[in-house]
Amino acid sequence: MNPVVEPKRKRINFSISLRYRLLLYAAPFLVLVLIFSYFPLYGWTYAFFNYRVGFPLFETEFVGFKWFTSIISNEYQVQEVVRVMKNTFGISTLGLLTSVFPVIFAIFLVEIRTNWYKRLVQTLTTLPNFISWVLVYAIAFMLFSVDSGIINKLMISLGLQSQPVNYLASSEHIWLKMTLWSLWKGLGWSAILYIAAITSIDQELYDAAKVDGAGRFRLMWHITLPGVMSTFFVLLLLSIANFINNGLEQYFVFQNSLNKDTIEVLDLYVYNTGLVGYNFSFATAVSMLKSLVSIFLLFVANQLSKWVRGESII
Amino acid sequence: MKQSFSDRLFNVCNYIGFGIFTLICIFPFYYLFIQTISDNSLSASGQVTFYPKGIHFNNYVEVLKVKGLSNAALVSVARTVLGTIGTVIGSAFLGYLFTKKKMAGRVFWYRFVIVTMYFNAGIIPWFIIMMNLNLTNNFWAYILPAIVSPFNVILVKTFVESLPEALEESAEMDGAGTILLFTRIVFPLIVPIVATIAIFSAVNQWNSFMDTVFLMTNDKLYTLQFVLYKYLNESNSLAAIIRSGQGMENIDLSKLQTSTSIRTTVAMIVVTPILLVYPFFQRFFVKGIMIGAVKG
Repeated sequence: MNPVVEPKRKRINFSISLRYRLLLYAAPFLVLVLIFSYFPLYGWTYAFFNYRVGFPLFETEFVGFKWFTSIISNEYQVQEVVRVMKNTFGISTLGLLTSVFPVIFAIFLVEIRTNWYKRLVQTLTTLPNFISWVLVYAIAFMLFSVDSGIINKLMISLGLQSQPVNYLASSEHIWLKMTLWSLWKGLGWSAILYIAAITSIDQELYDAAKVDGAGRFRLMWHITLPGVMSTFFVLLLLSIANFINNGLEQYFVFQNSLNKDTIEVLDLYVYNTGLVGYNFSFATAVSMLKSLVSIFLLFVANQLSKWVRGESII
Repeated sequence: MKQSFSDRLFNVCNYIGFGIFTLICIFPFYYLFIQTISDNSLSASGQVTFYPKGIHFNNYVEVLKVKGLSNAALVSVARTVLGTIGTVIGSAFLGYLFTKKKMAGRVFWYRFVIVTMYFNAGIIPWFIIMMNLNLTNNFWAYILPAIVSPFNVILVKTFVESLPEALEESAEMDGAGTILLFTRIVFPLIVPIVATIAIFSAVNQWNSFMDTVFLMTNDKLYTLQFVLYKYLNESNSLAAIIRSGQGMENIDLSKLQTSTSIRTTVAMIVVTPILLVYPFFQRFFVKGIMIGAVKG
């Protein structure tokens, strides 16, 4: 509680009622937060019961840590966990590696001196960020379609393949394909932060270096690049914190029975076992572990940031 | 200024490189569009590649007859409009209230809201709660969870705190209450940040897809995104739609609906609103992420 500092004693009565009136105005919104963000935490208790849809929780059997141990209870289950974790780590690692592309994109884009061209490039490359993953999938569907897609036509006419290939149904290089789609969608957008960071670099630094005879590449390497490193570092830490949260939508829309084994990241696995396989308690146990690990990762990233930058990120 | 050879070579490569990537980014949209206006039989057999052939606009008329599509469009528009209004009111008013030092337990409640950015119970517990609240197969499930967004609350709070305090104080002297103060004095001043929030929220609502997958089984509540996803994956039901929509008298093959024509036309309808507002909301980008980046 904040102590209320009031210059005049007479106004205290009024201010006390105002204190609670303000809280009352906020109450409906706070209730919404309570319902949609805090109530689901209570749902974690389902991980300790043998929950079945349609039965109230207290009528179902308490099973303790059964679901947690069942995650690695038999050989098949262990294989499943290893498979899903491999997908998660693989795609996240590719995501971390490709996070340098927006930096490169920004550094080279500001080297373009024709303003209209720079603006045009920025505008058009940011556009894909604002379409949904369903639409990305629709685009992929059209471009890679077996009988009408342009990619198959091109590949065949260039002699690179002899007959149409169903790219979307194949399970080959799925991690790479997913990473490339993420890049297509997000590269221009992610570069915006870096471009903003570059524009805030003191122009005098460049002028001074030019006087000293530094060429263009040395300016880029010694001034522009260090100028975006702190931004890059913060974003890198945030992606470490999100290492096991790949998100669901992208993998959900791109999954099919043929690529399921290699596309199923942790988030998708929780969805598939829980809402498709109706194994609510098991999926809750998995997603509870996932939440705990990602909170731990967030603290690790934050601590790293405090050590290196002397500043926290949360 | 004289340019050295390596400088010029660098420039040429740089311009060309960005040109190619830009083309990769926008060509799919163009490709989608030319499919929708081309001769349907040519487009279905993959003969439309770089320019439209046999131009006609019949697809956009025909697709409206597809059962359920206009209803899905209505749901999408309704959730975008109502959801955006909800988010704007929720984040603007709550963000403003949190600048009021007199509010009881202000710091606690502010943290209570903000900390929800960092944890997530997971989709299964969330789904069970939504089910228990009767928010499955309920239109309000699209709106209510979106009203308070911690990130937007931070944006508004930071923005209001940067305004000169004297403005509010003088109105307070005149005896204006909190609500009046907000609607008359504060809101007009925070329009720049509210516009940013509104536009991002509208795009989010329009693009939202997973919530329909989780919560809706009633086809009256399907959104355009979900219908598009269904059309892409269920070629059987699509073929049924095509058969039921077409009488025997329609024998012009170039205009006959095919699964390709329905898919591309629906995709085009889904993306068009984004393309239309895009030029206007571009200028909000940097402001939008920069404020968030200062203190996330």
